[in-house]
Amino acid sequence: MTAASTERPAAATAGGGAPGSRRRPAFRARHGLTILAFLAPAIVFVGWFTYYPMLRGANMAFRDWNLWDLTSTPFIGFDNFATILSDPVFPTVVRNSVLWVVGSLVPQLLIGFALALALRKRFRFRGVYQALVFFPWAVSGFLIGMLFRWMFNAEFGVVNDLLGKVGLIDAPIPWLADPTLAMVAVIVANIWYGVTFFAIMILAALQSVPEEMIEAASLDGAGKVRMLFSIIIPTISMTLLLTVLLRIIWIFNFPDIIYAMTGGGPANRTHIVTTWMINFTQQGNYGLASALGLCVVGFLLVFCAFYLMAIRKADQS
Amino acid sequence: MSTTATLTSAPTSTEPVVARAAPRRVTIGGVLRVIGLGAWLLITLFPLYWIAITSLKAPGTISRFPLEYWPGELSIENYRGLFEQSNFGVFLANSAIVATTAGATATLIALLSAYVLARFHFRSRGAVLVAFLLTQMIPAFIALGPLYSMMSDLGLVDRKFGLVLVYVAISIPFSTIMLRGFFQNVPDALEEAAMIDGCSRLGALFRVIVPVMTPGIIAAFIFNFVNSWNELFLSVVLMHAESNRTIPAALNGFISTFNIDWGSMSAAAVLTILPTMVMFALASKWIVQGLTAGAVKG
Repeated sequence: MTAASTERPAAATAGGGAPGSRRRPAFRARHGLTILAFLAPAIVFVGWFTYYPMLRGANMAFRDWNLWDLTSTPFIGFDNFATILSDPVFPTVVRNSVLWVVGSLVPQLLIGFALALALRKRFRFRGVYQALVFFPWAVSGFLIGMLFRWMFNAEFGVVNDLLGKVGLIDAPIPWLADPTLAMVAVIVANIWYGVTFFAIMILAALQSVPEEMIEAASLDGAGKVRMLFSIIIPTISMTLLLTVLLRIIWIFNFPDIIYAMTGGGPANRTHIVTTWMINFTQQGNYGLASALGLCVVGFLLVFCAFYLMAIRKADQS
Repeated sequence: MSTTATLTSAPTSTEPVVARAAPRRVTIGGVLRVIGLGAWLLITLFPLYWIAITSLKAPGTISRFPLEYWPGELSIENYRGLFEQSNFGVFLANSAIVATTAGATATLIALLSAYVLARFHFRSRGAVLVAFLLTQMIPAFIALGPLYSMMSDLGLVDRKFGLVLVYVAISIPFSTIMLRGFFQNVPDALEEAAMIDGCSRLGALFRVIVPVMTPGIIAAFIFNFVNSWNELFLSVVLMHAESNRTIPAALNGFISTFNIDWGSMSAAAVLTILPTMVMFALASKWIVQGLTAGAVKG
């Protein structure tokens, strides 16, 4: 520890109350042990059960690895990747994934923003209101899928019943059996689930907009719309960007609702990348599933790089 | 000192005094705001109401026209059927055991790592944080196959202990990030004072800081519990025997039969949602704080 102790002369203060006390070299070695001991369980768990399986998966992706025949799992190079890319379903899956992400994200953002603006000023039951609109978050994606599968049921579904009552439709619509409408139905379920997250994030950001700024602008005669676009949105733009990036990743990675509502059907028209991958897993074809998983990880890593860069930039400003 | 007071973003506190002091002018914007808030509340609650009311309809009436929006007679027949025709009691117990154990273990481990990541500056801190953040972007089911083969090698397939280990691992990163946000709002003078008085670092953490951070710890536990309670794909792949199934895996088994019995399905859904909803309702304020502290600050 000589190198460390010559770095800076030990502070003469005997008490540890000074804010810089943790950097005193005499305590360096003991801190190293504390850090290690406190971090070790977390690192062991995450490394062993999250990162190690991913590495194993990277190996599986290059093998003919089928659960039903584990006697031989030969190395087959890029064959699994070739199989995926040449699968006629692949272009549909990519198109569906984009539709799913964009179709869910934009309404979530707009409704979430509106909700946050409406919640910005305090009112008597705001706490209760927030707790109530927070409920979808307690429900698993799978069960949300089941809830909406039941509501979009062609025969006894409440959606058809309500639309019929209002006079919008004459005959029941087979939502989940229709190749186009099935995607609409799963996206509606996802919007219902995701608005709250946006609302919470944006509301927290809105509360960082200085009240004086808004008052000054309104004294200068700025209208509500002008205020929104010239003051509020520019001030919280970084939070908006981070939340949107995070949500894109989460929605992309969120197969539960689709899995429960349609299982990817009809005719693969609601299959997104992750439901397709789960399909391969359920068929026992871990080689194909891992290859697809590896592609997803690669795509996500590029995306995460952007996200982390954005965070760093946000930290600096 | 309470953490609640030190947090800048405490959006949930309602202060009737302020509400009363606000000018009571009826404006178009104000009316639109109330209508919008009301509409969204209705949209949010309706699916939950609908599944609850479906579960309480007498068998046979859920597929009868006109649909009843407020059934004339309520019945618990669907619930009785659910427990008689399936081992739902066993599934409930499995989920409760797995989610409680995994939730508590993950929260404790995350508390330690979050403390270190909030208080000390060391060379690999950034790397650890990035490694934790990345697991939030890359879902655990990406490695479903390899995880299964690894657990099978370890002899941990079809054992609750194995599922708990996996759930602890996937819960640690987010609760670490979330708890770190709470730690950063507790001044370090607090534990330094305790350490001068002779506490060890661990002693200072548990005797002085943990009591102050209770809301954050509860929020982290609820998050971990709910995630484990709701998790589907890992449970389906890792638990095979019916007696080992957690609720989501059991429900997944219900839908693979050709016709879904919506009566018992809705009853099962209500029983699954109810515990987590109660938790969220009781702790929504702290969960909101944890979310905003954890997700964006990173």
